[in-house]
Amino acid sequence: MLSLIVFLPIIAGLIILAVPASQKQIIRIVSLVAALAQGVVAFLIWRQYDPTMAGIVAAPGGSPEGSFQMVERLPWITLNLGSFGPLNIEYFLGVDGISITMVLLTALISIIGVLSSWPIQKQVKGYFILYNLLSTAMMGCFVALDFFLFYVFWELMLLPMYFLIGIWGGPNREYAAIKFFLYTLFGSVFMLLVMIGLYFSVIDPLTGHHTFSLVAMADQANYIKGAILGPDSTTWRYIAFIVLFIGFAIKVPMFPFHTWLPDAHVEAPTPISVILAGVLLKLGTYGMMRINFPLFPEVFQAGLYVIGVFGAINIIYGAFCALAQQDLKKMVAYSSISHMGYVLLGLAAANTEGMIGALYQMFNHGTITAMLFLLVGVIYDRAHSRQIDKFGGLASYMPVYASLVTVAWFASLGLPGLSGFISEALVFVGAFSAEVTRPIAIVSVLGIVFGAAYLLWSLQRMFLGKRKPDALYDLEVDSHGHEHIHFHDWKGKLDLDARELTMLVPLTVIVIVLGVYPMPVMGMLTSSINKLVEILGPVAMTAMH
Amino acid sequence: MFEMPSGAEIQSIISTLKSGAGYFIPEIYMSGLFLVLILLDLVTGRKNSRLLGTVTIAGLLGGLYFVYQQHAMPDTEFFFGLYALDRFGIFFKYFFIASGVLAVLTTMIDDTLKKHESGMGEYYALTVGMVVGMMMMASSNEMLMLFLAMELVSLSAYALTGYLKREKRSAEAALKYLVYGAVSSGMLLYGFSLIYGMTAETNLLRVNMMLTAHGYDPLVMILASLLVIAGLGYKMGAVPFHFWSPDVYEGAPTPVTAYLSVASKAAGFAMLMRFFYVAIPQGIPGYEDMLKIDWLMILMVISAASMIYGNVVAIWQKNVKRLLAYSSIAHAGYLLLGIITMDTLGTQATLVYLASYLLMNYGAFYVVIIIANRTGSENLEDYKGLGKKMPLAGAALTVFLISLVGLPPTFGFIGKLMIFSALLAKGSLFMWLALIGILTSVISLFYYMLIPLNMYLRESEKPEEGVAETGIGAKLVTATLMILTLYFGLFFQPIANFAHYSSVIFGTILN
Repeated sequence: MLSLIVFLPIIAGLIILAVPASQKQIIRIVSLVAALAQGVVAFLIWRQYDPTMAGIVAAPGGSPEGSFQMVERLPWITLNLGSFGPLNIEYFLGVDGISITMVLLTALISIIGVLSSWPIQKQVKGYFILYNLLSTAMMGCFVALDFFLFYVFWELMLLPMYFLIGIWGGPNREYAAIKFFLYTLFGSVFMLLVMIGLYFSVIDPLTGHHTFSLVAMADQANYIKGAILGPDSTTWRYIAFIVLFIGFAIKVPMFPFHTWLPDAHVEAPTPISVILAGVLLKLGTYGMMRINFPLFPEVFQAGLYVIGVFGAINIIYGAFCALAQQDLKKMVAYSSISHMGYVLLGLAAANTEGMIGALYQMFNHGTITAMLFLLVGVIYDRAHSRQIDKFGGLASYMPVYASLVTVAWFASLGLPGLSGFISEALVFVGAFSAEVTRPIAIVSVLGIVFGAAYLLWSLQRMFLGKRKPDALYDLEVDSHGHEHIHFHDWKGKLDLDARELTMLVPLTVIVIVLGVYPMPVMGMLTSSINKLVEILGPVAMTAMH
Repeated sequence: MFEMPSGAEIQSIISTLKSGAGYFIPEIYMSGLFLVLILLDLVTGRKNSRLLGTVTIAGLLGGLYFVYQQHAMPDTEFFFGLYALDRFGIFFKYFFIASGVLAVLTTMIDDTLKKHESGMGEYYALTVGMVVGMMMMASSNEMLMLFLAMELVSLSAYALTGYLKREKRSAEAALKYLVYGAVSSGMLLYGFSLIYGMTAETNLLRVNMMLTAHGYDPLVMILASLLVIAGLGYKMGAVPFHFWSPDVYEGAPTPVTAYLSVASKAAGFAMLMRFFYVAIPQGIPGYEDMLKIDWLMILMVISAASMIYGNVVAIWQKNVKRLLAYSSIAHAGYLLLGIITMDTLGTQATLVYLASYLLMNYGAFYVVIIIANRTGSENLEDYKGLGKKMPLAGAALTVFLISLVGLPPTFGFIGKLMIFSALLAKGSLFMWLALIGILTSVISLFYYMLIPLNMYLRESEKPEEGVAETGIGAKLVTATLMILTLYFGLFFQPIANFAHYSSVIFGTILN
């Protein structure tokens, strides 16, 4: 099951490799079929998933099968390392509540991404091969339970992303692409060292050998005393936690490592922005929940305040920057930074409410931001500009577009009844109830105010009022006296066309439904989060020493 | 007065030689191949480079059989301790044969060499001569023999570098190479002579025994180590003995550049490992309490300097060959990391890294030649827009470069993984070196990606230039190298296990 969902896109990529480059439509359809098939598999996984099983760590006795689901575990590489015993790398996949949420999100966003890529005309073959490679890598990251395998998928994302931004991006794409590549590589190379260090510090209780298994690493009882990251090696454990955290924080992106994101978003084509904001950013916080925190719980407990403060900075700083942007896409990019701050804040609360809120926020941010970027793409396709103050009065000319924008914008600012509200509310409940984060939460509430400010202000400037004199479109009055607008070189439908609606309507439905009835997603993640909070808790740690 | 040996003594010498010759078959075979090639060149006339190339490849591949036979033989030294047979040496015999084959393959597609007026006979013969020399560098167990082997490699390499006689760049490169080479040979010999002066022995094992038994003056020892490292550092292209390499790499015919940057570098490493591991391992009594520096520390500094210098200076290169030259300086630094740990895991890691380096660096140069055949240039500027015109070459070059950076899922990543594992297995002792290695590899991403950047992200200003077609054979080789680089990135078990098996050096006990 999991192998299928991971490798479906790459199979599509191989098929596309054999298709001649002139057959653009076939290439697109192959990609769409793969993405849809991935969606079907994700649906089946979701149906089969048993929400009572917790995951996070192995079941009592050390077997991951009793706790993770749909586990696939095969020996991959066995090396003789002489005095260090055999080196075992496994092909080890499985899901728990944290990963299945992200698997569903990834499958959904991948389909949206293919649809959104439909109008791309430049080097279609190369584009979709890279797209499918990226899709496999993302999915692989979320289901890998072997650190080595995770690392391979993690790094595999970089190159396709580099080319997707670099070849199909905007005018300043070279800079944005290499900046993205260097930043994320800088974060992940330290992960390599930590991974090796962990390998030498952890023993799989079932085999008695060193292991890369994340499940074994998540149990502090499996660490060897005297090893470089063993329980008594406090300094190195702190350093390892910090460098891992920075590696993941770059992906989130957390202030002050966020500067690659606005550049990447502004230059990336719409589908890639959707993937980037919808899925890639989640890998940062997912990595924290899967690797960074459970492997070093005592450092996590010591760092709660710092993580919370960074979360608050993200929330407020992101909102401030968004407020200052003239470019609509840049505004949305900064709003992403702000919203990922809520995730960090929820994680720093380190209680069930906060963590559930964080994970749910990751899912909701994925769907909402995907919508935001798609909507930005719609107007950019028509006007070839995203300058907020060049638009005005669009609501009366493009009513469907305007109403979807309103839903997305309100979801983003956390209006009750839409999905973003529930996750943000949970994050705040969690943060208020934890003593460490309470003062931070009070300050962070300001972020909501500023969030409302930039969203409502942009909405007002673009959609309300009258057409502006220096606008990017002409006004025409037909014989019946109705006013129409006309974009200079846009031949298609003025309001949303069928393809755009196919992408946006399902997302809108999800955002509304999950805002009213969050259980389809939240039901799956509760027991895993409880387990996570338990092993991260101070109680569990006193037991360990 | 020289005394004539008695008949019995002569008999015993002859019988020792006879019995030793059984362990020396691959080298004898390769020397035979060398002669055959020269004869064949004389017999068939000048216009026969394709035939000669094919014969060379077939001959080199035939050598694999004799190397394979040696697996069954016991680890031993022979020819009065001049030469050793061990798994470490066998690994390098395979390695040098493979690099020889790749050297011939790269030569056969190179347009500048194809048109060479005096034919390619000597060229291929010298290539094989270098293979013999490098095999001997990896297996010699005695200082004079090591020196002779290294000279054999160097002399062949000088001639190969200057093979394009009429081209100024090539001649200049050869001269520079010769001058630097002569100086460093002298230093190596001086270092050897100091060690001989301390021990009155030239056999590495007995040098070790004498040092252990009688102690030594640490000041002389450090001077000797420094001189030996200087001599070898030139072969390895490590900072600060690298000054020749960018000019020579740029000026030499590209296939020779590739050959030098992989094979001759690897031979330097093989010799370094054997010499120091066998003759002067750490922890010899009477050592610790004197000077607190030793050859390991020298190597650590050299390694760090090479990684930093090579990777940083490469950023400003505009010529792809020069860029790869600086990158090869950096790779010498990474390779040294595996030697510094002085254990089996480190040796294994070094061998795996060398194997990956063979594939990815040869791959990169192979594509550089294909592109140069088409554009007549190795400048970064002229790579613009090539990705679209040469899809296979572009994709393959990207894979090789990603592998050189050390990103998964490529073989280069496995090399780095093994090296860093070897470092971290020692706890936090070598953490600072691991950090330098990691950070400089991020820098390396920047300049390696300049090539795909030009190939894919930029459009060529010139509409269409040169002849487009690469032969099917060249495509096949490119694709094979690319697939191998990716395959071993995911399934490196056989190579890594073979490297572990090969990490046994005769006369050393590593843990």
